[in-house]
Amino acid sequence: MNGIHDMGGMHGFGPVDRRPDEALFPEAWQGRVCALAGYAMSAGLANIDAFRHAIERMPPDRYLADGYYGRWLHALETLARERLADGLQPESPEGGASVVREVDVEPLFSVGDAVCTWNRHPEGHTRLPGYARNRRGVVADVHPACVYPDTNADGRGESPQHLYTVAFDDAELWGEEAEGGTTVYIDLFEPYLEAMG
Amino acid sequence: MEKGLVESAAVDALVERYEQDVGPLRGAQAVARAWTDPGFRARLLEDGMPAVRELGFGDRMDGHVARLVVKENTDTVHNVVVCTLCSCYPWAVLGLPPAWYKSPAYRSRAVREPRRLLAELGLDLPHEVEVRVWDSSAEVRYMVLPQRPPESDDLDQDELAALVTRDSMIGVERL
Repeated sequence: MNGIHDMGGMHGFGPVDRRPDEALFPEAWQGRVCALAGYAMSAGLANIDAFRHAIERMPPDRYLADGYYGRWLHALETLARERLADGLQPESPEGGASVVREVDVEPLFSVGDAVCTWNRHPEGHTRLPGYARNRRGVVADVHPACVYPDTNADGRGESPQHLYTVAFDDAELWGEEAEGGTTVYIDLFEPYLEAMG
Repeated sequence: MEKGLVESAAVDALVERYEQDVGPLRGAQAVARAWTDPGFRARLLEDGMPAVRELGFGDRMDGHVARLVVKENTDTVHNVVVCTLCSCYPWAVLGLPPAWYKSPAYRSRAVREPRRLLAELGLDLPHEVEVRVWDSSAEVRYMVLPQRPPESDDLDQDELAALVTRDSMIGVERL
């Protein structure tokens, strides 16, 4: 979905506030939310993709106002409301298990192949950042096939897909405003990619 | 908790574990070993997870992660890691991410103007150094292998590990 979470390239957030020696959990509730999320996921409340999607579905003003663990709390509440009403329905009894899957088909692409990302704007969860849609890149790495977040997030199943790292020249992404001499590498699932003729 | 899925004492125990966690020390030990052992360095760059397991901390790898990929800085290449869509981070080697890594400012700018961002954080890279930004958009996790600092020839592995900062392994600092 084209949401507030998809932050790559946005303007207006100012300088990065890097403080030395900050506390891991400045407020006690933040640690509890962090731990609770881990337990809730391994108990089968949701898979990682559904959890991320629950964060993305927050109203954008709340996403920004609630902070990192505030967003986690919101997602846990959303998922509990949606999924615990009729009793828990674990999606994966192997909570926390690897997302790597064996697939029967060979990867379509190899290292060095020129590809273009698709120009799709799904309402659901996806891991193709908005700034890299309809952009040309080169396959830099081929990873083991993994669970496909786009379908796994909303109960349509794992439908594992091949996964690649794709290199994008910064001028392809940012045009005249590109700094130059920079390559951005993004991990992308095979359905997002088309071969360049 | 009401459904009996999670005990509140277990939550508190896990919080305590996070707080006592050694955080980026595991990554620092891997880096120091790579600086002193070329065979290990090659294995770490080839496939991070099995190499890191050799150091005895494979048991706390985030279970769902597909791969750990380690990218080496050189005189002409500088690597920096971000997650623009959420805050994916190599927990297994660096612990929990710092607040700035999760901030909208870092997530939005690291892919669009990494040189300016790094300069603001005190790392002014010459133009001839290529910047490689790794946007962790799937379940592959990235860690940077920083360059060994000058004049560190006399140090042993533990002393070297003490020089390695968390931020150098994210790529917003050079040693």
